Amino acid sequence: MSAIAEPYAFAASPCGGLRTRLNGAAVTLRPSGALWIEAARMLVVADLHLEKGSSYAMRGQMLPPYDTRDTLRRLQAEVVAAAPESVVLLGDTFHDRSSEDRLARDDAEGLRALGGLTRLVWVIGNHDADGPRRLPGEVADEIAVEGLILRHEPTPGRQDGEVAGHLHPCARVVASRGSVRRRCFVTDGARMVVPAFGAYAGGLSVRDAAFLGLFARPPLCGALGAGRVHAVGWRSVAGE
Amino acid sequence: MADAAALPTDLLPDKFAAWFEARGWSPRAHQLDMVAKAREGRDALLIAPTGGGKTLAGFLPSLIELAERPPANAPRGIHTLYISPLKALAVDVERNLMAPILQMSLPIVAESRTGDTGISRRQRQRVKPPDILLTTPEQLALFCAWEGARLYFESLSCVILDEIHTLHGSKRGDLLALDLARLQQFAPNLRRVGLSATVDDPDVIRRWMGFGRAADTHEQVALVRGPAGAPPIVDMLLSEGKVPWAGHTAKHAMDEVYETIKQARTALVFVNTRFQAEFAFQELWRLNEDNLPIALHHGSLAAEQRRKVEAAMARGELRAVVCTSTLDLGIDWGDVDLVIQLASPKGASRMVQRIGRANHRLDEPSRALFVPANRFEMLECQAAREAIAENRFDGEPTRIGALDVLAQHVMGCACSEPFDLLAFYDEITSAGPYRDLAWEDYEQVVDFVSTGGYALKTYDRFRRIVKTLDGRWSVRNAETAQRHRLNVGAIVSPAMLAVRISMGRGRAGRKIGEVEEGMLEMLDPGDTFVFAGQVWALVAVTGTEVLVSPATNRDPKMPSWGGSKFALSTFLAKRVRELMYDQEHWQVLPADVREWLEIQRDHSLIPPADDLLLETFPRGKRHFMVVYPFEGRLAHTTLAMLLTRRLERLGGAPLGFVCNDYALAIWALKPMDGLDFDELFAQDMLGDDLEAWLAESFMMKRAFKGCAIISGLIERRFPGHEKSGRQVTFSTDLIYDVLRRHQPDHLLLRCARQDAATGLIDVARLGQLLERISGRIRHSPLEHLSPFSVPILLEIGKERSPGDAAEMILAEAEEDLIAEAMS
Repeated sequence: MSAIAEPYAFAASPCGGLRTRLNGAAVTLRPSGALWIEAARMLVVADLHLEKGSSYAMRGQMLPPYDTRDTLRRLQAEVVAAAPESVVLLGDTFHDRSSEDRLARDDAEGLRALGGLTRLVWVIGNHDADGPRRLPGEVADEIAVEGLILRHEPTPGRQDGEVAGHLHPCARVVASRGSVRRRCFVTDGARMVVPAFGAYAGGLSVRDAAFLGLFARPPLCGALGAGRVHAVGWRSVAGE
Repeated sequence: MADAAALPTDLLPDKFAAWFEARGWSPRAHQLDMVAKAREGRDALLIAPTGGGKTLAGFLPSLIELAERPPANAPRGIHTLYISPLKALAVDVERNLMAPILQMSLPIVAESRTGDTGISRRQRQRVKPPDILLTTPEQLALFCAWEGARLYFESLSCVILDEIHTLHGSKRGDLLALDLARLQQFAPNLRRVGLSATVDDPDVIRRWMGFGRAADTHEQVALVRGPAGAPPIVDMLLSEGKVPWAGHTAKHAMDEVYETIKQARTALVFVNTRFQAEFAFQELWRLNEDNLPIALHHGSLAAEQRRKVEAAMARGELRAVVCTSTLDLGIDWGDVDLVIQLASPKGASRMVQRIGRANHRLDEPSRALFVPANRFEMLECQAAREAIAENRFDGEPTRIGALDVLAQHVMGCACSEPFDLLAFYDEITSAGPYRDLAWEDYEQVVDFVSTGGYALKTYDRFRRIVKTLDGRWSVRNAETAQRHRLNVGAIVSPAMLAVRISMGRGRAGRKIGEVEEGMLEMLDPGDTFVFAGQVWALVAVTGTEVLVSPATNRDPKMPSWGGSKFALSTFLAKRVRELMYDQEHWQVLPADVREWLEIQRDHSLIPPADDLLLETFPRGKRHFMVVYPFEGRLAHTTLAMLLTRRLERLGGAPLGFVCNDYALAIWALKPMDGLDFDELFAQDMLGDDLEAWLAESFMMKRAFKGCAIISGLIERRFPGHEKSGRQVTFSTDLIYDVLRRHQPDHLLLRCARQDAATGLIDVARLGQLLERISGRIRHSPLEHLSPFSVPILLEIGKERSPGDAAEMILAEAEEDLIAEAMS
């Protein structure tokens, strides 16, 4: 049975997220932007871009140095709330190759503590191809779980079961009263692109050419609202 | 006015006296007075109406000095620096200055330099400075961030600040004042000269332009007044019987406007927004059976197109130009004999400026025609006419220099040469707006410039400015300096997108202009709109470009919307309230407007000028509360936000609100008659309620973005980000959120709060209003709506549905409302 043929089916979850099936696996799109894979008790977050602030500071733009702290606090809260067996960091966890060296001591401690609470898996991305040098956790190119393939960068063409990040999807949602721009999940029921989790990660419109050809039918967006994920049809998503 | 006879006759060298005589002129008293003040080495502010030979008066002392100085063997530095708020004005004055220089064969080189000046000319100017350089505040800021600025300006003897009244009360003015203080360090004997149109309080400007920390700084700046000039003749189009209830386009009067243009030699038609300009231009051409050369001029048009219009105007080929504030200032077009103001001018001073565009001869009065777009504007235009006739103008509060601007200046100076912390503080506090700068704030700004000023000290190794061995502060390296220079200036404009003709398949053709990003929020592909005088259909938005195709549709979806971006000045608002209350006065108004006031008086009430009218009435299934503070849309929107929060707490369950320049309306399911209105409008709403609302509001985010750009926290273009301004908006919002969560007392959040409170929500004005009306709310409980409430009720739903269908619905609704109000 092809997942593509089914109508989209979403249900609200108590956490404010959306429950659905992705290539047959039961998953929850959480309001934080994390993806929960139920059977594996696995939490997936993409594109943390830790130390993006200090990366700009190195070049003379003194962005507030609190982005890593902010991102990690939200991740810690998710770990406390969901009690996952493992947390998958789906690539571009660090903004650049020297980010790990620039971590403030408190923030490095926070990451280590996280590694004590749960199994950390670092999927490597284009910004952080080496993986962590001193921090705990396993390193992987991709992970297969519950009929899903977790990797950083989406593969062009049909890829049933793929969960990827990298694109930082964002949707401009249009309604009669105006429009808002939000980070979002994008899925056609067979594959999914998850939003960026990092505090300073920018966004790319899901109408951008980069998303073309990934989905077999007009995808659905799970737009992140205040404590809720909103299921938004393709027709309600405008270009930029 | 100084008496010419009392001045020494030897002020003018023979050559100059002969030149005046040859042209059939005699030097005016204020021109000689400016020469006398220069001889004494004094700073001077000249206040004179347009057409009074103001520019020549400013330059005359410099021309004389330059003509009299002995020839030099080595190249010399700049003698006189002229600063204009507009690029076009700098170029225009350069042209005008050439007349006396050429006619007297003076050995003087005068050149302009603006953002549009070609690269080779710029480079030459740097190596071989002209005697007189005409430029803008932004270029001066750039000069001051150069290495070698001190050497370049060391022989500077005079700075002329033209149209100074438009410069001083803004962040641009803050930056300019700081740059003046810098120049004064380079050239201690520098003389400052200000040229201004008529203003209400010259001392505010004298304090701003003066040098030093003393309380009586303004006394050091000599005040010179030009002749008063013939009082302007200002008429108002009465449009008997058809003054609209609401709207801003003045569509009803377009045929009369056209007829007036036909009678005039050359007319300037001023409007308040670009969209009004487009709309009026379309309407006039629809009526233009005589094919009169009527042109369009506003800030969104491509620079080349604007230059063409300006050139055609200068050659006297045009009969009318529809324009926005881009033509407010003194470009000298002698042939203009009529100024038409479509919709209300919102302030008396701005109007005097605009009227001054007509007829640059002093002995003949300027002629102007007001065309009010609705009934409240009719009152406003009348009040403005009377204020102008009485020679009374809007006053302005003294400004305190912004700290984000100071941050930019500190960085700029560090790029030019190392500074000593103490000496630099003395220099900064010699600038008018920063006279009272606290040392603590100064230190915070320097820390911000260096490391970002964060409580978390992780950026110490990335400092932008560093302490050198001798204890002075200097820019970290040449690359950092170069990047700073790309970001100089205190004007942050909304992200602009280029409008280009679509060549199919996403390819872009000729550029027809630029639009603010915000405008596109309201359009979808296929929608039609007016731009550059034509109707276009939106094809697509790609990155930083808007692709359009010509539309055959003569009824664009978006001809115009919204009102003026200017709030009614406090001064004019008071006069409008006085006019409304004074029934004797109504006879100057057309019959339909009089009738409207009479029915308002009989059915509801018209309060004395210092009281606040508050009406409550049911309509449909809703209950309305309408108040009429006349304090402008900004202050009203803030007030409405705060009132609805309070009403919610009181259980009033407000459903919505709408505001315009005159009034605000709030509606709920339950009647609001029984509320304690004095309590509801109590002044303490400006405390916690305001702060709680503000922190979350998009206005803080917008203000933060401006401060972040000006202060250099982020660059106008992020490195490596080729994307449109939208990307930047997104990023500054993220930065704002993170900073607010982790360091809510950060310098830039303070700056943003300050800007939002003054510029975007007008807290000061709201505070004055609440104080004024305390205990003076006049409640008028009604069975149905009042004549005054019709315009504000018509605003409901208008903002978000500009389409044709919505217009029809509105037109229908309007007739019903009017019938009900007048019954």
